[in-house]
Amino acid sequence: MTHAVRILLFARFRDTFGAEAVEMALPERATVKQIREQMALLKPGLAALLSRSIIAVNGEPAGDEVAVDREDEIALLPPVSGG
Amino acid sequence: VIKLTRDAIDFTALAGCVRRSHCGAVVVFLGTVRDLTGEQVTTALDYEAYPAMAENKMAEIEAETRGRWPVGDLVMVHRLGRLEVGEISVGVAVSCPHRAQAFEACRHAIDRLKELVPIWKKENWADGQSEWVHPNAQPGTRTETPPS
Repeated sequence: MTHAVRILLFARFRDTFGAEAVEMALPERATVKQIREQMALLKPGLAALLSRSIIAVNGEPAGDEVAVDREDEIALLPPVSGG
Repeated sequence: VIKLTRDAIDFTALAGCVRRSHCGAVVVFLGTVRDLTGEQVTTALDYEAYPAMAENKMAEIEAETRGRWPVGDLVMVHRLGRLEVGEISVGVAVSCPHRAQAFEACRHAIDRLKELVPIWKKENWADGQSEWVHPNAQPGTRTETPPS
């Protein structure tokens, strides 16, 4: 059983997708690792940037093993450059 | 005190609002939009944030800084949207009883902000090209970047 998960996008990801978020179908309790794998398939050209990016779940950086629920806020954060 | 804003940063107000009678030192750091990166000419920067997380991370940095130095008050403001050359993109003001503490606390706060806070800049070059700046290291592990 899959459900739609929304991934918030920023900076180069947002520009490349032309959207502030992307939806993907994931199994229940999918992990951050599965999100990374699906993102890489969506835009192979962004694989290198993706590997340097953090996935945040509910505002905190999450490791590959972390499982996500449909209520979680998921964001893809490329290397930051504020200041 | 932390803030994200689309309005110009008033550095006089920033410095003034951290002054305390028991603090003999106020240090202010301002990051401003530089016209040259290497030989490339910048005409403007666009700043974008993941606002909720950015504010949380800035609040964590404030708490961390207060835990390490005797801070009277601390303000961190980051601008978002389009900024022209010379405009202030970020301001940090810290007061402490003595100057060494204030310098160290301010340095710590801006270094951590640049390392941890989910904000990004896009360079708009004079030749019409533009590109997002994504430093070639994981956030949280990269070493000090040249002053902005």
